[in-house]
Amino acid sequence: MLAAKSISASELMQAFVARTTAVEGRVHAFNSRDEVGALGLAAASDARRAAGQARGPLDGIPIGFKDVIAVEGQPLTASSKMLANFISPYDATVTTKLKAAGAIPWGRLNLDEFAMGSSTENSAFGATANPWDLTRVPGGSSGGSAAAVAAGEMPVALGSDTGGSIRQPAAFCGLVGLKPTYGLVSRYGLAAFASSLDQIGTLTRTVGDAAQLLQVVAGHDSRDSTSLSTVIPDYSAALQKKSRPWRIGVPKEFFGPGLDAEIGAAVQQALAFYRSAGAEIREVSLPLTAEYAIAVYYLIATAEASSNLARYDGIRYGHRTRVATGAISIYAQSRAEGFGEEVKRRIILGTHVLSSGYYDAYYLRAQKVRTLIRGEFMRVFQDCDVMLSPTTPTAAFKLGEKSSDPLAMYLNDIYTIGVNLAGLPGISLPCGFTAGGLPIGLQIIGQPFGEAEMLTIAHTYEQGHSWHTKYPNL
Amino acid sequence: MNYEAVIGLEVHVQLKTASKMFTRVAAGYGAPPNTLTDPVVLALPGALPVLNKEALDKIIKAGLMLGCTIAPVCKWDRKNYFYPDSPKNYQISQYDQPICLAGSVEIELPGEARNIMGEHKQIPLTRIHLEEDVGKLTHEVHDSLVDYNRAGTPLMEIVSEPAMHSAEEAFAFLTSLRMTMVQGGISDCDMEKGQLRCDANISIRPIGQTQLGVKVELKNLNSISYVRDGIALEIRRQTAVLTAGGSIVQETRQYDGEAGTSVAMRSKEMAHDYRYFPDPDLLPVQVDAAWRATIQATIPELPYARQRRFITQYQLPYTITAVLVPERALADFFEEVVRLCAHPQAVANWLVNDLRRELAAGGIALAVSKLRPAHIAALVNLVEQGEISMTAAKEVFNDMFQTGEAPAVIVMQKNLKQSTDSGALEHWVQAAIVANPKAVAEFLAGKEQAINAVKGAVMKASQGKANPRLVDELVRRQLLAGKS
Repeated sequence: MLAAKSISASELMQAFVARTTAVEGRVHAFNSRDEVGALGLAAASDARRAAGQARGPLDGIPIGFKDVIAVEGQPLTASSKMLANFISPYDATVTTKLKAAGAIPWGRLNLDEFAMGSSTENSAFGATANPWDLTRVPGGSSGGSAAAVAAGEMPVALGSDTGGSIRQPAAFCGLVGLKPTYGLVSRYGLAAFASSLDQIGTLTRTVGDAAQLLQVVAGHDSRDSTSLSTVIPDYSAALQKKSRPWRIGVPKEFFGPGLDAEIGAAVQQALAFYRSAGAEIREVSLPLTAEYAIAVYYLIATAEASSNLARYDGIRYGHRTRVATGAISIYAQSRAEGFGEEVKRRIILGTHVLSSGYYDAYYLRAQKVRTLIRGEFMRVFQDCDVMLSPTTPTAAFKLGEKSSDPLAMYLNDIYTIGVNLAGLPGISLPCGFTAGGLPIGLQIIGQPFGEAEMLTIAHTYEQGHSWHTKYPNL
Repeated sequence: MNYEAVIGLEVHVQLKTASKMFTRVAAGYGAPPNTLTDPVVLALPGALPVLNKEALDKIIKAGLMLGCTIAPVCKWDRKNYFYPDSPKNYQISQYDQPICLAGSVEIELPGEARNIMGEHKQIPLTRIHLEEDVGKLTHEVHDSLVDYNRAGTPLMEIVSEPAMHSAEEAFAFLTSLRMTMVQGGISDCDMEKGQLRCDANISIRPIGQTQLGVKVELKNLNSISYVRDGIALEIRRQTAVLTAGGSIVQETRQYDGEAGTSVAMRSKEMAHDYRYFPDPDLLPVQVDAAWRATIQATIPELPYARQRRFITQYQLPYTITAVLVPERALADFFEEVVRLCAHPQAVANWLVNDLRRELAAGGIALAVSKLRPAHIAALVNLVEQGEISMTAAKEVFNDMFQTGEAPAVIVMQKNLKQSTDSGALEHWVQAAIVANPKAVAEFLAGKEQAINAVKGAVMKASQGKANPRLVDELVRRQLLAGKS
């Protein structure tokens, strides 16, 4: 529409500002936003387009940032009291790329503090509501990103996914959530939770939007040693291709006890769709993943987090206590005051995991099992192009329902966590609604750097259905 | 009872690299506080480390110079501890897989006299690993200030085996290590700038006992002489404790070089659990044979090997080589000169005495001096060929040091060429003999040194340009001819 000049970037931005003003009081997806700045960038985009210098399909498109991704001059809070007043002095690499493409940073989006959680309830600035049912969670940790897009406050948003933090909220909010292969998108400027698992990804209404956004943010970055050099294909062009009959693996363990019947049925219908489209459906098995993924994840992620979050000490930036003096007591008191319960729980767990005498039994063992889990996925991929499963065992749960039971919360990531441990790409897309009107997510797991094929398979499903055209009543 | 000391050193050496170890910010000393920083150095949310290849090249070079085994994979670990000098509250280091293993440092102990080479020994190394330096804390009355300029500078930790037995050996170890690292271009090793820092582990045991005694770690050894004096003090302290029937407590002590004392800092019970684990932000780096070979090709001859060669190849006295070799630029200069001039001992004398004196007086480095090897070669050749006197040569040297002019040009301009015109010389000799009858008589009566008065008169008449050897020859011939 922007390219056809049927609407200007300024008009588009104004519309999202107005929509946000109307619904944000109920959704609370934002931690902060800069309307004046965004409208200024929209005007600049219009000027470029008028001069015939538009920078491509994202020029003039507002995009939300999970509040862990650095945008120069904007707050970066990680939804933590610890960083409540922190302004990032630099851009993340994804931000630099999106700005170069003409996209307009539109707001800082709520999350579970430091991306630790599955409901966006662990935020120092209050929970975000699910636009489909304001009494329910939007999922997490990228819950603000998902809720903002679902509520129509913005067309697309960036999130980060460490154990399902993009795909699960996408499933809960009826969106497309893409978690790329580890190393495809630079992590430079993403406040780290668990370095070996974190990956920036997208929350969008359609697979096509995800492809366009990924096109801009993917690629090697000399500032991130874990970003890999790989040829970036034309993802949007790939959506139209159909190479050969797909072989789709279905991990039988992901359909066991604990899976909500309505979700199971919706996923079975999706499988039926693919079968009728000529795909070969194979039952596969991921026994190690089913048995150990969550345990391994909570050992590795907390270990890394305990070290990654050590920098938040109140000395040079971030929250500093007013009651303590002396370095050690400033550390202890600032961190006691600045971090929320879940963050403290994980730091303590991770510190224990790495402690002398426990390292071999916990961290080292977990890394070995992680290697086996990746091997398990790769073996299945010898005979499959992708795997397909539910994204979550249940639809969105009630606010407060699981917040007093960390273990129940952790189990919500049971289908998504293995993908992070194995470094694979995954996508969640809408595949129906529960009888109660809550969105259901279908997860497709791709091969390493197999985003193009994964997106194509997702796009094929989207083309045959209309779930993505449904909007919540707000 | 007699005791033997057992000493191991942990030496930190800052690598001389353009930028810091994991970011593009410049590494350096003396910049205004907290100006050599960026999001990575300050550990801002989202910042990530990226390895500076130059740092890895330099430590591999150091390892190869010291004969270490270079690990095929260079892996990074996080050392977790809270301290305000470390903005991340962890240090990127190498824990269980150091890049360099084993190797040794050749040391020279003091000789019987200054002009006699002392005993040489190889002190084995345990390991060398690479880590990032931390910031610098300054403690004020009520506050502490931190400067992160130093934070993130590549730092290698060299750990010796507990294989030294005296403060002199430790002193010699550090002297040799510093010389080797400076000559390899690996570090400037300026202890005042913190580019070389040393901690010592010291224990003593009854002579003959193989089991090690309880060790004490001695810190704050801020100069090479503090290393020697601090260790000597600690050996005396431990000996006194054991002699008095006491026992040594395993602890860390802080040396105070000015007061010549040490105080306990912390005991073993307070040791940290650093919770090492592989840094997930950095990938292991493969160091293959081709990489090692590329670096091997850049390694200079080791100082003590060079010294031995100078003694045998150029017949230089030990004392001269002991000055020449520790300064690589000077030794390199020497070898360039002797390629142009076949008088190595004369060349060495010019360099060790005159050139070093002038450089020091002018406060300039050899590299930026106007003097080139060809100057010295030409000067020495002029002297050796009898073209100019030694006195004139000193004048030529000073001139060419200042101006960079070729010696032959200076000799011509200042008319310093020795006179070898035998007609004029014979005339001066005759005149001198006539003018000094007393000296002549004394000489002929057997007082050898009386000839000097005659020779001096000739030199004076020639305004110093007469060739002294020729003058001596002519004076003797004339006097002896007159006698017969």
